[in-house]
Amino acid sequence: MLKVKGIFPYKAKVLAMAVTASLLGATAANAAGQLNIYNWSDYMDQAVLDKFSKKYDIKITYDTYDSNETLLSKLKSGVTGYDVAVPGDYMVKIMIDEGLLENIEASKLDNFSNVKEELIDVYYDPGHQYSVPYQAGTTSFVVDKAVYDGDINTLDILFNPPEELKGKINIFRDVNEVINAALRYKGYEICNSNRQQLSEVNDLLSEAKEHWLSIASDGAKEMLISGDAAASMSWNGMALQARLEKPTLEYAYPKEGMTAWADNLVVLKGSKNIENAKLFLNFMLDPENAAAISNVTGYTPGVKGADAYLVKEFKGAHELNLPEGTATPQFVPPCSPEVVKLYDRLWTNLLR
Amino acid sequence: MLNIFKLSKEEKVRYGLISPSMLMIGFFLLIPISIVFVYSFLQPGTYGGVEWVFSLDAYKQFLFQEDFLTEELQFTSAYLEIFGRSFLQAAIATLLCFMIGFPTAYFIATRPANTQSLWLFAITIPYWVNLLVRTIAMLFIIRDQGPLNEFLMYLDWIDTPIKLAYTPFAVSLGLFYSFLPFMVLPIYTALSRFDMSLLTAAHDLYASRWAALKNVLIPSVSNGIYAGCLLVFIPSIGSFIAPDLLGGGKQLMIGNLIALQFQGSRNWPFGAAIAIILLTIILITLLIFSLRKKGEQQ
Repeated sequence: MLKVKGIFPYKAKVLAMAVTASLLGATAANAAGQLNIYNWSDYMDQAVLDKFSKKYDIKITYDTYDSNETLLSKLKSGVTGYDVAVPGDYMVKIMIDEGLLENIEASKLDNFSNVKEELIDVYYDPGHQYSVPYQAGTTSFVVDKAVYDGDINTLDILFNPPEELKGKINIFRDVNEVINAALRYKGYEICNSNRQQLSEVNDLLSEAKEHWLSIASDGAKEMLISGDAAASMSWNGMALQARLEKPTLEYAYPKEGMTAWADNLVVLKGSKNIENAKLFLNFMLDPENAAAISNVTGYTPGVKGADAYLVKEFKGAHELNLPEGTATPQFVPPCSPEVVKLYDRLWTNLLR
Repeated sequence: MLNIFKLSKEEKVRYGLISPSMLMIGFFLLIPISIVFVYSFLQPGTYGGVEWVFSLDAYKQFLFQEDFLTEELQFTSAYLEIFGRSFLQAAIATLLCFMIGFPTAYFIATRPANTQSLWLFAITIPYWVNLLVRTIAMLFIIRDQGPLNEFLMYLDWIDTPIKLAYTPFAVSLGLFYSFLPFMVLPIYTALSRFDMSLLTAAHDLYASRWAALKNVLIPSVSNGIYAGCLLVFIPSIGSFIAPDLLGGGKQLMIGNLIALQFQGSRNWPFGAAIAIILLTIILITLLIFSLRKKGEQQ
């Protein structure tokens, strides 16, 4: 899942760093501690960081990435110095298995009792040794109803689009989301190693590509708002942000199914500021702080009691509430190495 | 082995002075390329990294692919097509740069001496801004609702926006804009050493404007043109920002293919192998060019 919203992430990053630098300039000299955070683009509220900095007298350095895969490849290539990162569910499992995370006995944090029931017993971190929930959401797509007014709750929109949408569709640059959507469209199991079925998916993707405008995650929201794209894959929070700027955009709940995800705060192996990192994780489990993040991103906080702090536009929003009769969004576990290799081949075939 | 204690003072000074550049080349060129070379003969780890097992798979994968169903090895032209596309895009960008860059350089070189540096300064100003930001700016200008299309529609020259963004042409345009100064500057340098009175002499001897350009000016500054073309062509081939943002990521160039191997596809040895193949092709091409140039000069 890629969480870049708007085409400005790079500019925004530079700006954010400049702002952070100038804000922290005053306290840097006498701050007691240091914390280096590595998070998705546009996935944080600066005010919350400032509040943490002030409360604990800790200087924060903040950097961003654009996908779980980028996070993993950066860490695997030996990038060090970060204390806290925000991998998605399946990526937590991979990172634990690859020995990239610090066991901080996360379930013993004071505020852990705030975690929502459904996020306590999870496959990717049994007993919550390594991670605490951050934000959760779903992945589907957004259609501009002003361009196409038919039924949008079907994956036909992406893989067999109506005339009005042809050449105006953006697809996420995310191997798992795209191939899983294609498998659901075909009615096949996800994490599938059946070569006959994957071969059909290969054909489906290369035919559908003819109707796609672009394969990009950076700037998807911006493309929808500007009208360059009339449909785009999207996370629900991004869809909500986009709709607030352009009311004709609608988030789809495809009948074939969709992905659910939950991002998590973790402490990276080799962190030099483990105690500060644990303070931060605990701080983010406070309902008021978690809600502040949601009010910026549009996703669902992973803790109870945050609803009271949410802005009114988000309460009962179409993007945040499954319509009656929709299939429950599906968490996608990491596939076996064999399937990962097959997915990679399909993906390379598609992109080239 | 060099015995530094037996060297004369002059030799010590000489080796002392060249050692920084040797260290630079060693640390920042030879060692990284050696690592890339070694990695290209290993096997990929499932989640990135490499497994230290010797393997030629990365090079085989470049030309042959297992059939999805039968798992038989088959010849595939997919990666060759990506190479072909990259060379074509780079060639178009180089041509565009030359067509705009040469007149620009000529214009600057024929200004009064005290204003030339001002013009050169003006050429470089946009390049103080990060490449990424400039590329995104280009996307904003050429997209359907961008100022270019709005302006053409305002003039009533077109009814519907011209599809520019997310096309191969947008990529060429992006590459052209990214590397234009690399064409202008070397040609300007060559032109500033050219004696403009030679052109007057050519005219006096009844050469047409075209003949003077073709037979007098261009041959005299061919080194600058040659350098400019190389400086545009080579970075264009490996570029990945322009195809990524302006091309909509639908058609890979070599740079994107390599980047993909280190991110989504997590096949480091294959990425390394593509880099080595590209490096070899460019080295051979350069070698042929410089040998021919040597031949011409003798």
